[in-house]
Amino acid sequence: MTTETGGRQPAPPAGPILELRKVSKSFGAVQALFEVDFKVTNGEVTALVGDNGAGKSTLIKCIAGIHPIDSGEIVFDGSPVTIHGPKDAADLGIEVVYQDLALADNLDVVQNMYLGREELGSLRRLDETAMEKRASETLKGLSVTTIRSVRQTVAGLSGGQRQSVAVAKAVMWNSRVVILDEPTAALGVAQTKQVLDLVNRLGEQGLAVVLISHNLHDIFQVADNITVLRLGQNVKEFKRRDTNQQEVVEAITAGQLSTVPGQADEVVA
Amino acid sequence: MSAATAPPPAAEGSTATTTTVSAYAKGWWTDVKAGDLGSLPIVVGLIVIAIVFQVQNDRFLTAGNFVNLIVQTAPYAVIAMGVTFALLLGEIDLSIGFVSGVGGVLTAILLTPDGNELATPIVLLIVCVSGLAIGTFHGLIITKIGVPSFVVTLAGLLAWNGVVLLLIGSKGTVILQNDFVIGVANDFLPDGTAWILMIVVAALYGLMQLASLRSRKAAGLATDPPLIVALRIVALALALAVVVALCNQERGVPYVALVVGVLFVFWTFILNRTRFGRHIYAVGGNAEAARRAGINVDNVRIACFAIVSFMAVLGGIILASRLRSVDTNTGGGQALLYPIAAAVIGGTSLFGGRGTMKAALLGALVMLGIDNGLGLLGLSSGTKFVLTGGVLLLAVTVDSISRRGREASGRA
Repeated sequence: MTTETGGRQPAPPAGPILELRKVSKSFGAVQALFEVDFKVTNGEVTALVGDNGAGKSTLIKCIAGIHPIDSGEIVFDGSPVTIHGPKDAADLGIEVVYQDLALADNLDVVQNMYLGREELGSLRRLDETAMEKRASETLKGLSVTTIRSVRQTVAGLSGGQRQSVAVAKAVMWNSRVVILDEPTAALGVAQTKQVLDLVNRLGEQGLAVVLISHNLHDIFQVADNITVLRLGQNVKEFKRRDTNQQEVVEAITAGQLSTVPGQADEVVA
Repeated sequence: MSAATAPPPAAEGSTATTTTVSAYAKGWWTDVKAGDLGSLPIVVGLIVIAIVFQVQNDRFLTAGNFVNLIVQTAPYAVIAMGVTFALLLGEIDLSIGFVSGVGGVLTAILLTPDGNELATPIVLLIVCVSGLAIGTFHGLIITKIGVPSFVVTLAGLLAWNGVVLLLIGSKGTVILQNDFVIGVANDFLPDGTAWILMIVVAALYGLMQLASLRSRKAAGLATDPPLIVALRIVALALALAVVVALCNQERGVPYVALVVGVLFVFWTFILNRTRFGRHIYAVGGNAEAARRAGINVDNVRIACFAIVSFMAVLGGIILASRLRSVDTNTGGGQALLYPIAAAVIGGTSLFGGRGTMKAALLGALVMLGIDNGLGLLGLSSGTKFVLTGGVLLLAVTVDSISRRGREASGRA
């Protein structure tokens, strides 16, 4: 497994890296997603927005392999794939940074970034030197420079730094699609800027980034495309250049649905 | 807190950097102020204990009592190292006392020369395997059924106490009649062998420190100041030399010190240098993060409980060896409370994720140092328990206050 940060695989000239076609998912009587189309492209930041219960989280959990889809198709890098579990998604190069970040506070930055994928040296010993070196390089590649020492425990980091570590952990594994779930939700102004800069840098490095956020101000700072979900259905796709916050808010709250939702009032978030 | 905007990429880290001694000392002091006390309180505690008891009774700091202290500490240190694995997960094992009792009783009974006794190595193997089996059984119930470890091992405390009584039966006391097992706690290394071993251990430690220094330098990572590394090596060598010299003045280094040393090095290696060890800390720190990282959390838990019971059984064998017999009280009282207290006094957190073998070892030394000193003063068991309880409370208070410091500086 190669783990360099800078050069990803050469980006395919055009076409989305990940595309969902008419994906539906229901939990019992509740239709969480109904024939949703969604695509993300290399080097672009795609924002996924919608009100509570719009199906954002369900959609990313389908991509991440946590929920199997009921119908529809997931196309990765031009060929249809089935994702049965988180490991399948990780093998494809899809990494999700969840809102709670999943960091162990008592471990240091390097240990967290390599958690579950530790590198071994001779005699099956942990190769601390190699891990520390590559972790530092990854952070530097993402211009995360505010972390004093990579041997510091994560408990001592600020919210923005923790988010940076979680993102760095996700991109270190040759990932191609990085999904960020509400990365700025709990952060202050300065920390938010730090994370949004990081999101921009991921896009510049050729990764496909999916950003889930409630904060339109943040989204308009970094997103290239904006996909709006409402009650589990596609409402609209915008190019950031061609739209404004007013239009997006209208789509989120009152966008045209293709079908009238039946029991969709209680959609699982 | 971090700076508002990302500063220009820092130059440090791109080339090999060696922390200066003053920066190293400053960093250590920052850690201490932030509540990251490390071994500081326990070392201070040991010094205080030594001074207080020496003033009260000038036999405390003699070579003979030192050898006694090592032999007395050994079984509890071994059990404490084991129970640290449960504490690291944020769990507890209350059954360690009587599981150690089962180990001791089983050893004594199986080795009783009644015509059809088994060979010593086979008996020891059987006892160790039963320890592993007991722990695996606890672990399976805790993980697969989801009964809290407190309850499972509380039930274990009762049940294994019963097993000890059943095994001993109407005899009341079983005399240990095996020279090898008795020798573990009652025989001593020849003086020369002890010195050679001491030099080998110090040299290996030095080589490892230097190898780590070199490989970090080659990778361009920040390294500790060479002076500090040298001091560390010299300090360990000196400490070992003092131990050996003191012991050799008297009966010599007990074999049991060797057993404890080997277990200490082995488990420290497992915890710090293997995937399994890293995963134990991760499960203790954030089980959900560990699960999402693909770690089989249940297996880690089961393995840890197996280690706890395995070490308890080993401690039981050593205790039986020291006392040369087992009776219906084996595994009761101190065998449960001292090891947990030792681990906690050493700085192992009851909330999981923080703890080391060193903490267990030093903590056991404190507990038994007090026990030994109070014994020399000829105080009653009642006074002993009250004072030991006070020390435990003091240690946990220090931990709680330093935890507050850690929280204030975001290092909890």
